Amino acid sequence: MSLLSLKRLTKNFGGLTAVNNVSFDVEPGAIVGLIGPNGAGKTTVFNLITGIYAPDQGEILFAGKSLVRLRTHRIIAMGIARTFQTIRLFQNLTVLENVLAGCHCQMKGGVVASLLHTPLQRREERKAIVGAMSILSFVGLHREAQQVAKNLSYGNQRLLEIARALATRPKLLILDEPAGGMNEQETGRLVTLIRKMRDQGITILLIEHDMSLVMKVCEQIVVLEYGSKIAEGPPEAIKQDPRVIEAYLGTDSDW
Amino acid sequence: MEQFFLQLTNGLAVGGIYALIALGYTMVYGVLKLINFAHSDLFTLGAYLGLTLLTSMALTDRLGPFWGTVLLAFMVMLLIAIVGALLDRVAYRPLRQSPRLSAVVSALGASIFLQNTVMLVYGARFQVYPQGILPSTAIRVMGLDIPMVRLIVLCTSTLMMLALFFFIQKTKTGTAIRAAAIDQGAARLMGIDVNRVILMVFLVGPALGGVAGLLVGLYYGQINFTMGWGYGLKAFTAAILGGIGNIPGAMVGGILLGVIEAMGAAYLSIAWKDAIAFCVLILILIFRPTGLLGERVAEKV
Amino acid sequence: MTNQRTIITISLANVVFASLPFFLNTYWVDVLNSIGIYSILALSLNLIVGHAGLFNLGHAAFYAIGAYTAAILNTGYGIPILALLPACGFTAGVFAVLIARPIIHLRGDYLCIVTIGVGEIVRIALINDVFGVTGGANGIFGIARPSLFGFSVRSPQHFFYYIWTFAGITVCLFHLLENSRFGRALNYLREDEVAAEGSGVDTAHYKLAAFVVGAVWAGMAGNIYASKMTIISPESFTFWESVLMFAIVILGGSGSIPGMLLGAFLIVGLPELFREFANARMLVFGAAMIAMMIFRTQGILPAKQRRYSLPESSGEESGTG
Repeated sequence: MSLLSLKRLTKNFGGLTAVNNVSFDVEPGAIVGLIGPNGAGKTTVFNLITGIYAPDQGEILFAGKSLVRLRTHRIIAMGIARTFQTIRLFQNLTVLENVLAGCHCQMKGGVVASLLHTPLQRREERKAIVGAMSILSFVGLHREAQQVAKNLSYGNQRLLEIARALATRPKLLILDEPAGGMNEQETGRLVTLIRKMRDQGITILLIEHDMSLVMKVCEQIVVLEYGSKIAEGPPEAIKQDPRVIEAYLGTDSDW
Repeated sequence: MEQFFLQLTNGLAVGGIYALIALGYTMVYGVLKLINFAHSDLFTLGAYLGLTLLTSMALTDRLGPFWGTVLLAFMVMLLIAIVGALLDRVAYRPLRQSPRLSAVVSALGASIFLQNTVMLVYGARFQVYPQGILPSTAIRVMGLDIPMVRLIVLCTSTLMMLALFFFIQKTKTGTAIRAAAIDQGAARLMGIDVNRVILMVFLVGPALGGVAGLLVGLYYGQINFTMGWGYGLKAFTAAILGGIGNIPGAMVGGILLGVIEAMGAAYLSIAWKDAIAFCVLILILIFRPTGLLGERVAEKV
Repeated sequence: MTNQRTIITISLANVVFASLPFFLNTYWVDVLNSIGIYSILALSLNLIVGHAGLFNLGHAAFYAIGAYTAAILNTGYGIPILALLPACGFTAGVFAVLIARPIIHLRGDYLCIVTIGVGEIVRIALINDVFGVTGGANGIFGIARPSLFGFSVRSPQHFFYYIWTFAGITVCLFHLLENSRFGRALNYLREDEVAAEGSGVDTAHYKLAAFVVGAVWAGMAGNIYASKMTIISPESFTFWESVLMFAIVILGGSGSIPGMLLGAFLIVGLPELFREFANARMLVFGAAMIAMMIFRTQGILPAKQRRYSLPESSGEESGTG
């Protein structure tokens, strides 16, 4: 069974059809790329999967369960995590606290436990901090744990977003332009990180404009244009697909 | 039936005043996405400055009631417009790049500041407008005695709104204001001087609010330093009712709210009159936050 | 080391503070009592405004509900006022759920306006003697003083210890609350609601929870106020009360407990020191709010960054997970 499957997904904004009848599957353990020219509807697809928008038509199944009309935090708790195209960290909180946000749905302590710091609550809190620190080590940000998030470099902020997403213990990780604004060296480390996450059993779906990165890490690529899917397949096939080449002609993306 | 028409005219007159104030809220909100809490106190200030000018310069004695009042209105508009522009310069302009809620706090601070300035200068007691400036007669329309004052207030506010409407729709500055309200960034790219637009908005909105204050003084005869608060909230409700940021919406919303309130007070309960507007406010925000004439827009993620 | 020193300093300050009623006359003790009640109110509003970033300008409504619950049940049914503390918190909390649920999704400034509206509706309802129990514009009088084990809290000196004990407990509890999953969740939604929801935080739930916890505490403060005054009327719960609490939170330092206490001292206490300028106090606060937003947005005593004691092993092993 596919981990995630989109079936005939459609979303309109006023008169504009941002996503038009799009279907594709993501198999467990895969690294799938979602590409297409600007305004093709890639981020809208992500927002539909994570419940930020409700689709007008179609179905989204995650491990066999429908995600349509579930609230975002429920979807996250089911095992989907995401990062944002424009970095959305909790800028004034520390790096550790940002990761603890991802741990939130793994924890239980409510108002009363929090008011009284019950032994159970303290144990849970310690466990969360240990878990968050090991995730920070995993992405290489453990030394910055007590720093304020806004003081991190751009590339590190992207990594922190990934760390926060990982803290939710996702089965599927959705990355929206993870290499945006990164230099070559940082992108190289990102590629290693993406592969490492996959090796830990996390399925990855990503949007990326850096074609060399997409071709390097993705095993399966879905191409959108004007909200519709125009191609799907392994990188070699996509590179040679005439419709994809046509869609990208005249844009500044280099292969 | 007679009762109904009397309440209707009353509602229309008060609604006209709400609409005039609401325009100031909606214009500022349209361009800056800021609730200008201090707008209600510019309205109060308009009423007080109107009284001061009226008693100190004896305009109506020299020029007759009509031209005297017209001149008075222009002077109040001019003065309040200047205060409005100053307000923006001091309290809002330094906060253009700050989080939106910082500006809201600053607006609240400005409101408290202005209100208490009025109190310290004029005192906390009610002040009384001189009698007999506006005619106290009634005219007969279809067998009904309608007080002249109501018609005058309604006509004045309608005239002002029409003038504003043409200014916004037909002039170059008006077009710039509309453009900046839709998309400030794009407007800037199209060569519109957004700072000038903001200045215009802080001149025109307060000017209308100031006239509304003067009208309230002339209509009810007495004013108080806290009166802006109630009028302000109701006018803001009117702006939301019509669709915030939408200029015709503020006009429609103001008139509508005035009529709803007058009818509610007459047929439901006079004691709950002030609560009616707040209930309208809450209901509209829950069920149709874009207002009657507003368009639904998706928030970009 | 520093931790120990902090504890000693705080204990000393507490001892000095607790001995104040022996040196001050009744008038000043009463001022300190007012400051205490406003501190409790500001601490409760701080959860909503400071931590969750929800602009609530109708906090006086919750305060009023608590005070009226105490007054009605005490004068009408003779229930001891102290035993009503939980009931006052409960009614204010329930009221918060009822009004906050439908409006909680509204964006910051809209929420702000609606809370003003709610506060006014409550006040108008109290004036109009809603359900025939609030006594209209005159309010309710003859509210009993609190008493515990036969000891009755009567004089301002008694109230000083009662109010400040309650404030002290509030400070301790809210300090724990801040440094927990709950406190962090409120901060997440203040910083970025979309990202919070996208990290698995149920933002609607936490917004509501912030309102409810804040309201519960304001309700209990209302009980204390009612028993201190023995007479309450709608006049005590106007919009300006809400503004005063809001100003304490903003000027003191959003999200900071010491900021709330300092804010209460400055805003309630200072005008008592400069009585000749009492009329100008709101004018000064207004100007201070503008200046604070322009020059020092975070308030006089800003909230400090939370520090966590990290597990020892972490930090050294790099790159592997």
